[in-house]
Amino acid sequence: MSESKAIQLEKQEWRRQRRQERWKQLLTIASPIFLLLVWEFLSRTGLVDARFFPPPTAIIGTFLSMAASGELFSHIGISLFRIIAGFLLGVIPAISLGLLMGLYSPLRHFFSPLIMALMPIPTLALLPIILIVFGVGETSKVVTIAGSVFFPVIINTVAGVVNIDRIYLDVARNYGASSKDFFLKIALPGSLPVMMEGVQMGQAIALLTIVAAEMMGANAGIGYLIWTSYKAFLLKEMFVGLMLISLFGYLFSLLLKGIQAKVVPWK
Amino acid sequence: MKEKIVIEALTKAFYQKEKIHTAVEDITVSIRDGEFVCLVGPSGCGKTTLLRIIAGLIKESSGSYNIQREKKESPLQSMVFQEQGVIPWLTVRENVAFGLKMRGLDKRIVKERTDRFLEKVGLTAYARQYPKELSGGMKQRVSIARAFANDPEILLMDEPFGALDEQNKFILQEELLHIWAETKKTVLFITHSIDEALLLADRVLLMSAGPGSIVRDITVDIERPRTMEKVRADPRAAELFVEIWNHLQEEVQKGRKGNSS
Ligand SMILES: Nc1ncnc2c1ncn2[C@@H]1O[C@H](COP(=O)(O)OP(=O)(O)OP(=O)(O)O)[C@@H](O)[C@H]1O
Ligand SMILES: [Mg+2]
Repeated sequence: MSESKAIQLEKQEWRRQRRQERWKQLLTIASPIFLLLVWEFLSRTGLVDARFFPPPTAIIGTFLSMAASGELFSHIGISLFRIIAGFLLGVIPAISLGLLMGLYSPLRHFFSPLIMALMPIPTLALLPIILIVFGVGETSKVVTIAGSVFFPVIINTVAGVVNIDRIYLDVARNYGASSKDFFLKIALPGSLPVMMEGVQMGQAIALLTIVAAEMMGANAGIGYLIWTSYKAFLLKEMFVGLMLISLFGYLFSLLLKGIQAKVVPWK
Repeated sequence: MKEKIVIEALTKAFYQKEKIHTAVEDITVSIRDGEFVCLVGPSGCGKTTLLRIIAGLIKESSGSYNIQREKKESPLQSMVFQEQGVIPWLTVRENVAFGLKMRGLDKRIVKERTDRFLEKVGLTAYARQYPKELSGGMKQRVSIARAFANDPEILLMDEPFGALDEQNKFILQEELLHIWAETKKTVLFITHSIDEALLLADRVLLMSAGPGSIVRDITVDIERPRTMEKVRADPRAAELFVEIWNHLQEEVQKGRKGNSS
């Protein structure tokens, strides 16, 4: 008798938790929808100027017609290429050098001041120089993104290696690990959790950078779309660009979270 | 039987901020092949330091030690660490196989040995799990399996059961005795527990409070195979217990005086 009562109680508790979970999920979706609804209402009723803030449904309409004409995809394609290429060009050297700096303290002491000194300079401020050196072609955009992704990733990678518990280094040494094993079996996996936080940050910075870089020196891409639409007072088109960037940001973080769960299954 | 580990006048001092601290002083001892030796002494007397020197993790200040090599393909020593030495980003299987893989052995041999020792410590079902899913006792089993699977000339164990509850400790001690009896390895084992030393050891080396040196060498002449019940009931064990206990009390007192003066 008493046991079945206990089970019932547990079942109720479980159901209560489930309801709570669903409620939280609902809240998460609710906030953007609520914002869009308010926006739509204000814009439609003329409480805000619909020329500056066109209603979301109109923006979606514009999005569909731009998509239908194919114009949109060339902008998306070129921006995606720049983001991904720049991201890789920044992340791969940052991880390699970061692991070396984390493992070998002379390297760390040698490179740290350089990184500390260069990090505060926004890569965008260097864009004029980058344009002079690399020209106005694709390379300059890719380099700009790479430059801004590099710093958060290298700093987190070094921190990740340095914070690996010393005992694991002792274990590796005691069991005869070679330098290569230290690198691949200890430093790399051990620093991954902290490193991935840096990669997440780098991803966000890459998006900020691409838009700004394309506004300044490009003739295609989402940033270019936003900028030229704005100058031509095509605000619906401009909002399409802004929404695309926000969507990219969301999808990239989802993707990276997925990757993180895959490469750090042990946390 | 022949000598397996010969330690001569081994001394280690740490020098820090103009102050010198002698952790172990003038240790001379030899350990025979296949012997199980327990190192017992008050906390901070230099037991871990001595083991880390023999493990090749730190360099001695003076003196020397030698581990006799029998098989030229075997590593000299493998260590089971005082703290959790199981690597969290490797699965149980990868942890046990760690030493073998580092030595670049043939895949088939690695698999065969890993399987054998996973089975010996009863972790076959957990082979693919990560350490976070294991209890403290299971993690120490992984450490022990890793050390034995590596097939070293000697095994170094630094209080491997120190952090476990009594129940788990008894089980692991007996498992260790089984594996040791099968493999006939030379073991140097640090412990705080007199009971543990009497259960496991052929010989107990008693260390003085820091700077640590070996002050007594006690032969544990209790018949094998041993179990905790048998050792607890053995009158000879009771005598040895009191002998070691008195010594430790003395050393702890000395250590206190040394610190306060
Ligand atoms: N790297 C180091 N630098 C300076 N002093 C050290 C270092 N390692 C150990 N010591 C000192 O050497 C002494 C012996 O330390 P050790 O870890 O060998 O003791 P222990 O006998 O293993 O103690 P416990 O039983 O508590 O584990 C201690 O006083 C410790 O502070
Ligand atoms: Mg110790």
